[in-house]
Amino acid sequence: MQWETVIGLEVHLQLATQSKIFSGSATTFGAAPNTQASAVDLAMPGMLPVLNEKAVRYAVMFGLGIGAEIGMRSVFDRKNYFYPDLPKGYQISQFHDPIVGRGEFEIPLEDGTTRTIGITRAHLEEDAGKSLHEDFHGQTGIDLNRAGTPLLEIVTEPEIRSAAEAVAYLKSLHSLVTYLGISDGNMAQGSMRCDINLSLRPAGTTELGTRTEIKNVNSFRFVEKAIRHEIARQTDILEDGGRIVQETRLYDAERDETRSMRSKEVANDYRYFPEPDLLPVVIDAAYVAGIRAELPELPNARRERFVRQFGLSAYDAMVLSDNRELADYFEAVVDACSDAKMAANWVQVELLGQLNRSETALTDSPVAAADLGGLLQRILDGSISGKIAKQVFEAMWQGEGSADAIIEARSLKQVSDSGALEAMVDEVIAANPAQVEQYLAADGARRKKLLGFFVGQVMKSSRGQANPPLVNQLLAAKLGERNTDR
Amino acid sequence: MHDKTVAELAQGLRDRQFTSVELTRSFLDRIAALDNRYNSFIGVDEAAALSDAQAADQRLAAGDATALTGIPVAHKDIFCTAGMRTSCGSRMLDNFVPPYDATLIRRFRRAGAVLLGKTNMDEFAMGSSNETSYYGAVRNPWNTDLVPGGSSGGSAAAVAALLAPAATGTDTGGSIRQPAAFCGITGLKPTYGRVSRLGMVAFASSLDQAGPMAHSARDCAVLLNTMAGHDSGDATSSEMPVPDYTVTLDQPLRGLRIGLPQEYFGEGLDVATGARIDAALRELEAQGAMVSEVSLPHSHLTIPAYYVIAPAEASTNLARFDGVRYGYRCPDPVDLHDLYTRTREQGFGDEVKRRILVGTYALSAGYYEAYYKKAQQVRRLIKQDFMRCFEQVDVIAGPTTPGPAFALGAKSDDPIAMYLEDVYTLAVNLAGLPGMSVPAGLVDGSPVGLQLIGRHFDEARLLNVAHRFQQATDWHRRRPADVEGAQ
Repeated sequence: MQWETVIGLEVHLQLATQSKIFSGSATTFGAAPNTQASAVDLAMPGMLPVLNEKAVRYAVMFGLGIGAEIGMRSVFDRKNYFYPDLPKGYQISQFHDPIVGRGEFEIPLEDGTTRTIGITRAHLEEDAGKSLHEDFHGQTGIDLNRAGTPLLEIVTEPEIRSAAEAVAYLKSLHSLVTYLGISDGNMAQGSMRCDINLSLRPAGTTELGTRTEIKNVNSFRFVEKAIRHEIARQTDILEDGGRIVQETRLYDAERDETRSMRSKEVANDYRYFPEPDLLPVVIDAAYVAGIRAELPELPNARRERFVRQFGLSAYDAMVLSDNRELADYFEAVVDACSDAKMAANWVQVELLGQLNRSETALTDSPVAAADLGGLLQRILDGSISGKIAKQVFEAMWQGEGSADAIIEARSLKQVSDSGALEAMVDEVIAANPAQVEQYLAADGARRKKLLGFFVGQVMKSSRGQANPPLVNQLLAAKLGERNTDR
Repeated sequence: MHDKTVAELAQGLRDRQFTSVELTRSFLDRIAALDNRYNSFIGVDEAAALSDAQAADQRLAAGDATALTGIPVAHKDIFCTAGMRTSCGSRMLDNFVPPYDATLIRRFRRAGAVLLGKTNMDEFAMGSSNETSYYGAVRNPWNTDLVPGGSSGGSAAAVAALLAPAATGTDTGGSIRQPAAFCGITGLKPTYGRVSRLGMVAFASSLDQAGPMAHSARDCAVLLNTMAGHDSGDATSSEMPVPDYTVTLDQPLRGLRIGLPQEYFGEGLDVATGARIDAALRELEAQGAMVSEVSLPHSHLTIPAYYVIAPAEASTNLARFDGVRYGYRCPDPVDLHDLYTRTREQGFGDEVKRRILVGTYALSAGYYEAYYKKAQQVRRLIKQDFMRCFEQVDVIAGPTTPGPAFALGAKSDDPIAMYLEDVYTLAVNLAGLPGMSVPAGLVDGSPVGLQLIGRHFDEARLLNVAHRFQQATDWHRRRPADVEGAQ
């Protein structure tokens, strides 16, 4: 039977606020355990939450970014359960009235088309702490640094149909939230954690099958692998006539498998009710309009503009708009050299190539956008060839200075002076009498080929600096003279 | 000097009749000598109190004194005090020493008041008789066979027994007003949001409110001046400006409209108590107030609504007491489940467990709509009843309690009978209104209280009415016969 995959994703996005959502503690990653946990985070008696306005602002920015309904009156609820890394015995979340309602998110796919994924809702909540199970002589350690970190939980409709689409959605989401500057999107540090709800159904049917939930997958690659694995697992069960058990599963990256964590039958009753320590969050149209006015150009708009304004291919536009820094870099290169296609090429091939090879972040690139633009300028004005430019770029990467300085220092400027070139051409003709004979005897295609040989020789003796069109021109003329002499 | 009001003591300090150290010493000595009769204090740090007093004397000498500088004040043991145990009357917090002061404590410190000690209370403020405390029952100074009321029974008894000139309490369903009535003192529960809850151990977040307990309305006004005000650390605290509550105390009552809810004078009200309330109302009429009957038609739903909402909030507020980070932890837990269950089994008393169970049930899937949500709807109706009344009258008056203090042990095995004690006070919390209890006379030698209920943030009016009443009567000056040193 043909099975259709039905996937819904829940992403827990850590918001890039300086302090926690309900306390003044810092949110910096990697601090020594419990050094960023205040009396509020520790749920000491009598402590009260105070909402961080920045978290609300960021959530609204996200909502506007996907054109969603904004909850003008959102309400925090308590989600009650006992766990040692949940100090209050409840998590403050939003259940009935989230800050962001229904929205739609258009995502570009690799093939240049786009797909629209429905966003069910996004709500604010606080993160829990961490239980540390190692090095405590059989006891469990608790680190509450993360407790109270602001999260935006973003929930999609069950509209994703494959691992590739899931990854494309996550990449677009990553792109959007980093454009907005509301999260660092750092998956390795847990800034973006994904829960996958997945079920299968016979192709062509509409009823949803029994789903499993895969918790806390924290990289694009693992999302892809976990989904592929879970699809295969569920397919096997269904094809064997079995039934899927609704349960929470954990993806084990080391073994590349999912395994059962707990089944829903023993699920907690979270006893949600409105958090009495916080007032409902009421925002007005002016607040929303103020945020809307400050939104940057978002990835989808920018991608479309790159196609429209610069004539880039859909794929190039996608790659170059995906990340705000890269897009800014690319546009700065275009500004400096005014040839968008050349800039697109160089940024994608040379720059990204170097960055990848050296595992360097764009923000740490030794070659600034204006400098790369300056280099491309020299290709465009004929000072150097594309080939030489690559050498210059390499030198720039090594920190040897600007393109002009390197061209100057290494005397790489193309020889376009016809006097100097003429001498070289004469030399080459004189040094290769046999080839001259052959050239003169040949005709049409063969002659063209032989001309290539002479061009090569001149380029070689100029150490690549001769201006190739000029060399061609001179050779054709000089050899032509010989022809007439005869 | 222990039988003076705060206002009189402040005058004495300013006039150098005595120093704060002398004043504090005298109260500490009384506590040490007499409190074994009442059990009203569960934490006294003499050295710290005297050090506060010394600092206050310096401020007084420097002419930098406020109305409370050098005045010893007792605080209910629900307010966190830095470096001093804050037990909330529970074994669960018997070993808990907070590293921070509650905002209320900080405000008293800033004013230069002396932290005299921490007073006994029903465990986690759950009780109407002060019998649920881990530290034992508090006894009523008017008759030590009787309860002092609760949950702020320690504060009420301490003031009544002249062990402290003034105290703070908290009131979630009557916990300031009922013990004030039973102990013959004046107590005010301010509007919800008037006094910060930060650093006050939470019972029911949407109902809890701290307030003053003292010998007179004037003293309550002086204390409230220090307690009230916005706190950015409590999202539910109000930004409404705080007036000087002492300024309007003497305003004449001519033309004041007082409403008597018919539901508060019917079946269940002790006849003799009702007679004291009637007499008090006649006094107010004599001063020009106009008394009329009003109705709070949803009154009969008050107790059921309260006993869903308060336990529901309590059940989750008390989830943090899990033996993991502070407070009581059961010995040798074998695993997490064992740690949780035995810690909470051993750390909480019966009344607290009862309310946690009730609250957990009320919030459970499948019951939420029928209980918690319904109770919130009823709460809105109760609030609307009051709002409607306040279109016709300025103040609502009635008895604080159905009768005078009852005997220790009389109701401790009957939760329903105990809950009925708060029948006239609970609605005020559900509606978030300010409410006051003013001594209105004696019934068989036991005090009873007149309850005054005002519009939101109209504490000044309540204090004004109470003060005018106290100008014309001396019920608030009566002292228990067997309290030593009473004039």
